[in-house]
Amino acid sequence: MNCGRARMAGILILAALAAGCASEQSAFSGEGVESARTLMLTWILFAGGALILALVCGLTALALFGGSARRTLSSERLVVVGGIVFPAVVLTVLLFYGYALLGAGAATGAAADSPLRITVEGNRWWWRVTYHTPDGDFDTANELRIPVGEPVALELTSADVIHSFWVPAYAGKIDMIPGRTNTLTLEASRPGLRRGQCAEYCGGPHAFMSFYVEALDAEAFTDWLASERGDAVVGDHPGADAFRRAGCGACHAVRGTDASGRVGPDLTHVGSRHSLGAGLLANEKGDFRAWIERHQELKPENLMPEMATLDEADIDSLASYLAALK
Amino acid sequence: MNETSPHAQISPTPRPDGEREKLLEIWATPKGWRLPTAVNNTVIGLLYLGAAFVFFVLAGILALVMRTQLAVPDNDLVSQDLYNQLFTVHGTTMMFLFAVPAVEALGVLLLPQMLAARDLPFPRLSAFAVWAYIVGGTVFFSTIFYDLAPRGGWFMYPPMTLTEYSPGDAADFWLLGIGFIEISAIAGAIEIIVGVLRTRPPGMSLDKLPIFGWAMLIFAGMIVVAFPAVILATMLLEIERAFGWPFFSPDGGGDPLLWQHLFWFFGHPEVYIIFLPAAGLVSMIVPTIARAPLVGHNLIVVALIATGFFSFGLWVHHMFTTGIPSLSLAFFSAASMAVAVPSGIQIFSWIATLASRTKKLRLTTPALFVLGMLFIFTLGGLTGVMVAMVPFNWQAHDTYFIVAHLHYVLIGGMVFPLFATFYYWAPMVSSRLLSDTLGKWTFWLMFIGLNVAFLPMHLAGLLGMPRRIWTYPDTLPWDGYNLVSTIGAYMIAAGVLVFIIDLIRNFRIGESSNPNPWDAGTLEFLPQDVYSTRSIPKVDSLYPLWDRPELAEEVEAGAHYLPDAPTGGRETIVTSPISATPQYVVQMPGPGWMHFFAAVFTAACFLLLTVKVVTPAIICGVLAVVCCLVWVWTIDKGPDAGPVEIGGGLRLPVYVTGPMAHGWWAMIVLMLVAGSLYLAYVFSYLYLWTSSPEGWELGAAMLPDAGSPMLSAGLFALAVALYVLARWALPEPGGNNLVTPALVILGACALTGGVVNEVWSHWQAGLRPTDSSYGAMVYMAGVLTAQLVAVIVIMSLFVCVRQMAGKIDQVRCAGLENTSLLVYYTFAQALVGLLIVHGIPHVAAS
Repeated sequence: MNCGRARMAGILILAALAAGCASEQSAFSGEGVESARTLMLTWILFAGGALILALVCGLTALALFGGSARRTLSSERLVVVGGIVFPAVVLTVLLFYGYALLGAGAATGAAADSPLRITVEGNRWWWRVTYHTPDGDFDTANELRIPVGEPVALELTSADVIHSFWVPAYAGKIDMIPGRTNTLTLEASRPGLRRGQCAEYCGGPHAFMSFYVEALDAEAFTDWLASERGDAVVGDHPGADAFRRAGCGACHAVRGTDASGRVGPDLTHVGSRHSLGAGLLANEKGDFRAWIERHQELKPENLMPEMATLDEADIDSLASYLAALK
Repeated sequence: MNETSPHAQISPTPRPDGEREKLLEIWATPKGWRLPTAVNNTVIGLLYLGAAFVFFVLAGILALVMRTQLAVPDNDLVSQDLYNQLFTVHGTTMMFLFAVPAVEALGVLLLPQMLAARDLPFPRLSAFAVWAYIVGGTVFFSTIFYDLAPRGGWFMYPPMTLTEYSPGDAADFWLLGIGFIEISAIAGAIEIIVGVLRTRPPGMSLDKLPIFGWAMLIFAGMIVVAFPAVILATMLLEIERAFGWPFFSPDGGGDPLLWQHLFWFFGHPEVYIIFLPAAGLVSMIVPTIARAPLVGHNLIVVALIATGFFSFGLWVHHMFTTGIPSLSLAFFSAASMAVAVPSGIQIFSWIATLASRTKKLRLTTPALFVLGMLFIFTLGGLTGVMVAMVPFNWQAHDTYFIVAHLHYVLIGGMVFPLFATFYYWAPMVSSRLLSDTLGKWTFWLMFIGLNVAFLPMHLAGLLGMPRRIWTYPDTLPWDGYNLVSTIGAYMIAAGVLVFIIDLIRNFRIGESSNPNPWDAGTLEFLPQDVYSTRSIPKVDSLYPLWDRPELAEEVEAGAHYLPDAPTGGRETIVTSPISATPQYVVQMPGPGWMHFFAAVFTAACFLLLTVKVVTPAIICGVLAVVCCLVWVWTIDKGPDAGPVEIGGGLRLPVYVTGPMAHGWWAMIVLMLVAGSLYLAYVFSYLYLWTSSPEGWELGAAMLPDAGSPMLSAGLFALAVALYVLARWALPEPGGNNLVTPALVILGACALTGGVVNEVWSHWQAGLRPTDSSYGAMVYMAGVLTAQLVAVIVIMSLFVCVRQMAGKIDQVRCAGLENTSLLVYYTFAQALVGLLIVHGIPHVAAS
């Protein structure tokens, strides 16, 4: 078992690879204040763990093949030093480091004073996002936009079962539990578009419950907030009629029209989002078509009814209407 | 007498002709279609272990299907719905149908041999537990073939598992099936506790108990404390699903987190319940590899006890992301790290023992598996320390990092020691050793496969891959890692396949010509036959076979205790719990059908209830009770045989009652189980009170007058007095009277009256269990006491019939004594219940 050094090197190489290809949904990217702190801890834990593993492997190899040198290991002293003293010291240091990080995390709770509050409610299998601004509240879905460099407190709740809100690039996850409100503070360090995903198994298409978080510069964020708060801007689109006839408004809201359902995601600016179906599809007209026609196949068991009453022309105009809801 | 001269014979040799033949006849294993009647621990233990291994292979096949599905992105090999069933059944089967039964099976199989006892003290109880598990487990597993399997994940979090989100019977299969299998595990645990404490060979005081005995004792103790919590949880969830009592649904004042607390209060100790016996096995194998005593034996015992203790303070680390206060986070983070210390003690003790060897190293298959375990478990333990760090946990929780961690810990901590065990202890049950060549193939395939499969998962998890997703898009960089993991999974499967081939080629049930091929030092390597060892040795060290090389020969010649069968039936020596001084000879039941039918009907009752076929379920339930009563009717054989000679000039009674009796001990352990269940209830009551105090404030106004609980308390106290009097009024042996039956019946009526009065008074006051979590909790106290009273009523009627049949008297009174013990316990539980139910609402309202 002379695996110690090779293993350690292997782990470090793999880790470096992992960090190198950190993608839009990776805890290795560390683009938030909290995630960067945790990433630092992660590297320390990986390195320390690899060292200890190497030590145990080395001692085992010595005990097995060490000739007479192994005699030094054969007493109860090894058990006391290696099994009690060593872990006690290492773990105590680690524990207080962990406490320090926890304390630092609590400090960012100051975000509660921020004028911007966001509630995210987990639903089977999408995210209702409500912005509480001094000028009133408005809903959007499956996507958050936050200002760079500002801690934003998210209030996390659930409408049905337990979900978990996780954007690894910015922060660790916190569960969304019906009957409770949990708080998570996000603070992005630089602009970017990052993916998140439900981390607590919530039945059915749990695998298809994703979302995007876009961190914007202060100015871009203010602009976006102003336009997102406003009503839909499509005017007299032919698809609006198909939308009405198909009864979409019973579940979906499009502000500025008579569609005001709250069962499904708000569609007021759905055309301007980064994804459709909670991170499932891109957001082009063709994707809207695909969703309307085949959503039970694309995301099995989702709670939207089949749209069997629509003919080809209806579907086409409906898709272009939705894509136009910028 | 032989302290001074270790070579003195305890029983004179040569033994009379025909004695061994008599033993062989008494302990003969039933053949052919009568096999289900067998109760001997080697037969039952092998059956138990075989069944657990079959479930391991089946659940492993499910894992291969899942790994194949995840090998490439956007795969549609299996559907989303099937995948959700696959991981639920894989996890549930591995935890409940493989891991716990497998280690319990090893206890049943190995313990009596290590203790040189003829059998475990309650042979039919373990046989019952095994058959119940086989029938219940098979039905549960087969739901995957009928699209009826639960989809909730192995920890079944509500509200997702409430009827609203999981309609149909699938979730009920999990709840009733698992609740039932847990009961079977508890039966096994009672057996193991009494077995370790009371059937050790003369002279094996606790300080000479092999480490595996310690591990199993702590294992069984942990089951007694931990399993009732999940039994309560499954009861609450099933009652909420069936009758709408709001324990977990926030709309009625329930709390979904209550389930998580109860589940993980069981679930985390469960990991150590699986690991401790396996670690105990390693502590038995390592000295043999080194052919040197275990270094730090006492430290290991302390480490095992500490692990058992700490493991109950860790459960919240499964809930770090639920938004609990940071003070709790800090406490549970510290406790989670502290548990690494006892594991460290064991690992370094094994290393020190290996280093202390005086002879040449033999890297046999068991040795390889032990070394593999050392590496894998250390790695899993280190990632365990990582996830105990709260900020890291927030990233890693519920991702493939955790999947990797838990497989390293469980496969390293349990599966590798199990395979080491298969190879190491094969000579105890097989006439041929397993092949060392095939064993090495098995080891390397499994060892490399495990690392190939699970090492990349650590990274996939931190790259953002959550667990329990049935597919993933190709836009995320997870595909390479997943493909590698899948290849590793197939390597593990290949290793298991080679092992199965080895089993088919070389495993032959029978007595080995070379019982001690490894030159081991403990009693299970004495020459064995169906009756266990020919005579029961006097033990005076930790490694008797090393310290007294002539012991095997002496024992086989019948020169030690109990070389014959003085009562003419199955029997073994019961010794005192600490110093193992011989106290009496217990007469044990032989083969029979009733425990088998009781198991089948119990399983049928639970499963029919699951699919809501109520009438046949009730019929099966009644049949199960009848079978149990017929089964126990013959067990209490009475003191007819009088004191018997066991060798060394010792004459021992064959019947005792009170604290010396093994049945009394089993009853005490059962009361601890009931007490743990009730403590879990008290915790739930207080938890829901703090979580929704409004219900309790309203509840104060709906409490019945104080007179009502006083009346119930009085009736319970009256019952205790009546049972005490009934014991006092028993006739002399040979006599008969109707006073005892009359008092017992009155006592049972008083208990029933107490419960009915309590429940009725709340109903009269207008409280309904469906109204709120408060109401549900009030009625739940009644349910928990009522189920005990129902058992007492059945036991009391049984006692009355036996008394009238002349089978209970002043001397022979175990049946009444055990019933009375349960009555005293019920009295205590009911009083606590009354205090809580009638006291807390006043506190809440003030």
